[in-house]
Amino acid sequence: MSPVLFELLIRSIWETILMTGASGLISLVFGLPLGLALVATDRGGIAENLWVNRILGAIVNGFRSVPFIILLVALIPVTRLIVGTSIGTGAAIVPLAIAATPYYARIAEVSLREVDHGLIEAARAMGGNRWTIIREVLVPEALPGIVAGFTVTLVTLVGASAMAGAIGAGGLGDLAIRYGYQRFETSVMVAVVIVLIVLVCGIQWIGDRLVARLDHRG
Amino acid sequence: MNQHVTAPAETTDPVPVGAVPAEDVVRLVDLKRRFGATAALDGVSLTVRKGEILGIIGRSGAGKSTLIRCLNGLERPDSGAVFIEGREISRLSERDLQPLRRRIGMVFQHFNLLSAKTVEENVALPLKIEGRPRAERLARAAELLQLVGLSEKAEAYPASLSGGQKQRVGIARALAARPALLLSDEATSALDPETTRSILALLKDINSRLGLTILLITHEMEVIRSIADRVTVIDAGRIVEEGAVWQVFANPKSEITRSLLGGIRPQLPPEIASRLAAGEGVETILRIDVAGEAARGALLSDLAAAVPGPFRLVHGGVDHVQQQPVGTLFVAVPGADAGHLARVTAFLKDRDARVEVLGHVAGSV
Repeated sequence: MSPVLFELLIRSIWETILMTGASGLISLVFGLPLGLALVATDRGGIAENLWVNRILGAIVNGFRSVPFIILLVALIPVTRLIVGTSIGTGAAIVPLAIAATPYYARIAEVSLREVDHGLIEAARAMGGNRWTIIREVLVPEALPGIVAGFTVTLVTLVGASAMAGAIGAGGLGDLAIRYGYQRFETSVMVAVVIVLIVLVCGIQWIGDRLVARLDHRG
Repeated sequence: MNQHVTAPAETTDPVPVGAVPAEDVVRLVDLKRRFGATAALDGVSLTVRKGEILGIIGRSGAGKSTLIRCLNGLERPDSGAVFIEGREISRLSERDLQPLRRRIGMVFQHFNLLSAKTVEENVALPLKIEGRPRAERLARAAELLQLVGLSEKAEAYPASLSGGQKQRVGIARALAARPALLLSDEATSALDPETTRSILALLKDINSRLGLTILLITHEMEVIRSIADRVTVIDAGRIVEEGAVWQVFANPKSEITRSLLGGIRPQLPPEIASRLAAGEGVETILRIDVAGEAARGALLSDLAAAVPGPFRLVHGGVDHVQQQPVGTLFVAVPGADAGHLARVTAFLKDRDARVEVLGHVAGSV
């Protein structure tokens, strides 16, 4: 591999990490409250409101049913509005985050829903309000699942970011297609695959360690 | 405005307002709650006096859980009133219920400890909810863990505790905010007999040491017998029997109470019961129930002295419930002489024992 290609590889790794990290963080910040809202407003939830629940559910399902490559293009006006441009790594973060947020919301929802109802009842019996229940019961009890779900989301984002090359975002996927495939640079293809494997394994390893440390359910 | 301010007391209103004596921590008036077609509570009225342990017993589905949940507003009755320390709470909003719930501790069958918090954090949680400073919370948690004998487990997570230890933490947590009332929802039903005894002893100790009023629900008479002062038996959402525990044990009025008592009161052994016949026999089997003052005397030797003639003790014993003797004896009397049997029966009745002729057996038992 030539020094030029190597430099390109390093830049691509950085772009992938940036896209994955930034969109992952945004999906965490918005997806977790969305997941909480889906659980809280559902039947028997701590803030039961079936209308709100149905509307939120429909929005989440709507976004999740659009293939990412289409979302990437369809969201160009939104991206331009937020970032000022529709091209580049920064621009790719917007559709990635918008796709990952409902995805992560559903994963967080599953973990939050699994929290034993008896614990919520215990918090209510102690005189706790909804906020107490969220802060002291729902989130801490579901935390191992919330973290494990975030790991899954990050890994999915690594894969999705490969498609962001379609709007000139760069990254490892783009590098592999343009150099490894279209220019027959097998060494680039192999290097990208190895880097991706290391990246995904690294994310999974850190996630698993964190879950093990947080999980006290015995 | 109101012309009837000084109306006489004999009003038909089932919910007299502000007429609750201070010593009643809980007063329920005609509580009703339906779930679909079934009535979980069908007109329950009862009081819990300050400092007492009231046990509510019933089979599963009798309405116990609904009843106990009405007391802290986790469940709302369809009609009727719930007075806690003289204040009607059944119509309060969720927000108004929150400070009230801090006056009521609750212990659960499945402990409901938070797995992500240490033992100490679990115990301190009610105080955190109250907004107490951290130092105070930890001091109180340490004090309570000492009370329940788990000081060395303060930093442990609930998953590493045994069932009995988890329930001790549950009790410590329920006491954290210094409640006026402790509700126990089948607190020992998930525990083995030995652990059950130690948890019940702890509750009794807390009751006598702190003067804490306890209302517990259970389906086990053993629990009632161990710690309750009074018992209320409910079935199909109604109270079928209530009274001092030893009196209910000595003289259960309803079929349900008798069946709930079945496991812990002497019963005629089945091999004898199966041979009982209504007509003539060699021996007549009597059931003698005697309790309290009547059970303290030398009943059997007095009987032997007063009514000469043979009789045999077949089965039975004297139990002590709330320091009161409660005895059930099964006695076989030779059936040849009807006059002898009548004299035995008359003597026992004269001594305030209840006598029931169960039947006759052909051979000797």
